[in-house]
Amino acid sequence: MSTANQDLEAFRAEARAWLEENFPKSLAGRASEYMAMEGGKELTGEARTWVERLAERGWGTPTWPSEYGGGGLSASQAAVLQEEMRSAGAFNPIPLRAGMGVTMVGPTILEYGTEEQKQKHLPPIARGEVRWCLGYSEPNAGSDLASLSTRAEDAGDHWVINGQKVWTSGADISDWCGALVRTDPKAGKRDGISFLMFTMHQEGVETRPIRLISGASPFCETFFNNARADKTDLLGPLNDGWTVGKRLLQHERASQTGAMDTGGRPAPLQELAKRYVGTDESGQLADSDLRSRLATHLMESKAHSLTLSRVAAEARGNPNVSAAASILKNTATNVAQTRAELTLEVMGHQGLAWEGDGFTEEEVNAVQSWLFGKAMSIYGGSFEIQYNIIAKNILGLPETTQKG
Amino acid sequence: MAVLNEEQTMLKDQAEAWVKEVAPVRAFRTLRDSGSDKGWDPAVWSAMVEMGWTGIVVPEAQGGSDLGYLTFGVLLEQTGRELTASPLLASALIGASALRLGGSDAQQRDWLPGVVDGSTVLTLAVDESNRHAPTRTAMKAEKAGDGFKLTGTKTLVPEGGEATAFVVPARTSGKPGDEDGITLFLVRGDSAGIERQRLATFDARGYANVSFDGVEVGKDAVLGEVDGGFGLLDAVLDRARAGLAAEMLGTASAAFDMTLDYLQTRKQFGAVIGSFQALGHRAAALYSQKELTRSCVEAALEALDKDADDAAQLCSLAKGKAGDFLFNMSNELIQIHGGIGMTDEFDAGFYLKRARAVESLYGNRAFHRDRYATLLGF
Ligand SMILES: Cc1cc2nc3c(=O)[nH]c(=O)nc-3n(C[C@H](O)[C@H](O)[C@H](O)COP(=O)(O)OP(=O)(O)OC[C@H]3O[C@@H](n4cnc5c(N)ncnc54)[C@H](O)[C@@H]3O)c2cc1C
Repeated sequence: MSTANQDLEAFRAEARAWLEENFPKSLAGRASEYMAMEGGKELTGEARTWVERLAERGWGTPTWPSEYGGGGLSASQAAVLQEEMRSAGAFNPIPLRAGMGVTMVGPTILEYGTEEQKQKHLPPIARGEVRWCLGYSEPNAGSDLASLSTRAEDAGDHWVINGQKVWTSGADISDWCGALVRTDPKAGKRDGISFLMFTMHQEGVETRPIRLISGASPFCETFFNNARADKTDLLGPLNDGWTVGKRLLQHERASQTGAMDTGGRPAPLQELAKRYVGTDESGQLADSDLRSRLATHLMESKAHSLTLSRVAAEARGNPNVSAAASILKNTATNVAQTRAELTLEVMGHQGLAWEGDGFTEEEVNAVQSWLFGKAMSIYGGSFEIQYNIIAKNILGLPETTQKG
Repeated sequence: MAVLNEEQTMLKDQAEAWVKEVAPVRAFRTLRDSGSDKGWDPAVWSAMVEMGWTGIVVPEAQGGSDLGYLTFGVLLEQTGRELTASPLLASALIGASALRLGGSDAQQRDWLPGVVDGSTVLTLAVDESNRHAPTRTAMKAEKAGDGFKLTGTKTLVPEGGEATAFVVPARTSGKPGDEDGITLFLVRGDSAGIERQRLATFDARGYANVSFDGVEVGKDAVLGEVDGGFGLLDAVLDRARAGLAAEMLGTASAAFDMTLDYLQTRKQFGAVIGSFQALGHRAAALYSQKELTRSCVEAALEALDKDADDAAQLCSLAKGKAGDFLFNMSNELIQIHGGIGMTDEFDAGFYLKRARAVESLYGNRAFHRDRYATLLGF
């Protein structure tokens, strides 16, 4: 065994022992209760203790530097920690409790923030105490984000913000917002934008939840009417928020490729299919057409996960992101959306579940994920925008309509 | 690209340069136009032997280098790019694997050195109808004295026209459809009762239907166990599938590169055609398929090297995914080149024809989808 491997195994033992001592056994396997999109249940009792201990150790944000509340772990150590957590039935609710804080805003502050900004913003995110939302999209600025018009004016010791954002996930329950705003209306489309951070708990900010096809209201229209941001809360250079904001979206994509683990693995789809559809005397799924499409999907899914591992292996000790990484958001989307469609098809009449006694919780959940999953090809750069990016940046085809 | 070690990287670079110079598509065209029914150029084959390519999965004791399947895949990807014709896959990978996995010490000693020095050309003669269905093996192997007598016909045998020996699954008991009762035999090509019907396929290689009319073999011709050969056959086939998938990845990737080049240079309506989003998105989709396929192919080859539990699954995945990518890519290659794509003078047709030929070898996509489902228990 190489020394690197020995060190990793020593870390594995350390992580296992720590989990053994600190993770409350009563919570084992109950990730879904605490890991819902909206952040899950209010924390009480043992769950609260668990999150406090996790935060204390910095393992809610394992790869962040320890001086900002992180665990200071290497990527391979973090992977080991994740494996150990999974086998202990443990889970890490901090990323979801922090909204966009852990996956997107935090890494961007680490990269572009001043020392003061890091000290101020990162530790509360790492403890899962402050929830962040992201104000990018506007009614007239979706895929073409650079056409945004919410503006911020310099008022001496602070900025004054006016305008409207839309589709702001978690805005109604968030504490802080990172927003792209226009600070130089005379400059070119991409040149007059800045990235501002401000509290949502102020008079000039109003949120109106929007109900989705899944019935949930995870996002809002967000209105700014003379809202304030501190002068010290400009992230990155003035009027170069486009660069900062783009970088943040790369973190967003990384978190949407399936690399993030929200704990708990769904039962294999083929088992669900056997349960709902039945098998013939040879043990094959009774519906041969479904069986064939299911196999196609499972092969695609395996190909995607093998590509994730390959990209990770190629990234080790290599500063350039492998070009293959560019395909992952769309392949993850394909796999997830097809899985959701097949799940409903497998459930048949029971796959119309909305609520009530006629349906099981599993059926209701399947329908919810099916509906919510339609968003995957829209947010974080739509399916079409991802293809534009591959065509332009990876294949070097000229930009005409290939924008994004 | 998997993280290759230094030796693999060197071999890849060597193979890439050599194939382009010595055995490019142009050479395959010449071979086809010459009307030779041999199926490959002897000079190309000798050079491969010279470079040690025929010993990659042969144990060192038998003169090989035992570098493994991922290394072999690295070479096949390069020959696949230029459609190089040779018995490399049939003999040095598939034939050698049959001996390596099923051969006794004596059989390995008798046969493998010839595979390594290229004088022996082995091939697996497995299919018996117009479909790949190894469990449906019907060819008879009756006890005859100390040995067996083989009767039946094998179809679309790669290098079947020139092979000096065949690895032949035949039925020693049971009925078509049973896994039990299949036995593998090593049969010399010059045995009495063998007849080869060379096939003029659009892939212009050495395919043949091979019939066995009471061909007598000794008991030393049995590879592995009598009646219990299906597991061995399946293992050999998996190596064939993963190796062929590596070749297919190369073939499709070369077609991708040709297409991308055309997208960047051909102008219509005052712009390069790659600036049209309808084509840009198709290129992006094909690129995604290319990357997914590479992950599957490499995982399968690595699983074979490690003798992993899920190797069979991964080999079906690799052949199936490579089949999807190559099918789409070979069609898009023609479509995106417009009229030029339809001309024999341009190489696209060679890629399209090769694509469909390899699709039907060792199981097409439908076969592997079905097998994948079965292996996953549904
Ligand atoms: C669940 C969910 C959560 C979200 N959370 C947030 C959030 O927290 N903060 C935030 O700021 N935003 C958020 N968004 C908004 C999201 O980023 C936008 O929806 C996205 O950028 C697309 O913009 P749009 O909805 O205006 O669609 P449009 O940009 O109008 O797109 C409409 C259609 O046109 C296609 N299209 C657009 N341009 C091109 C082109 N150049 N080539 C080809 N096709 C094109 C798109 O792919 C799409 O199919 C969220 C969205 C969803 C669904």
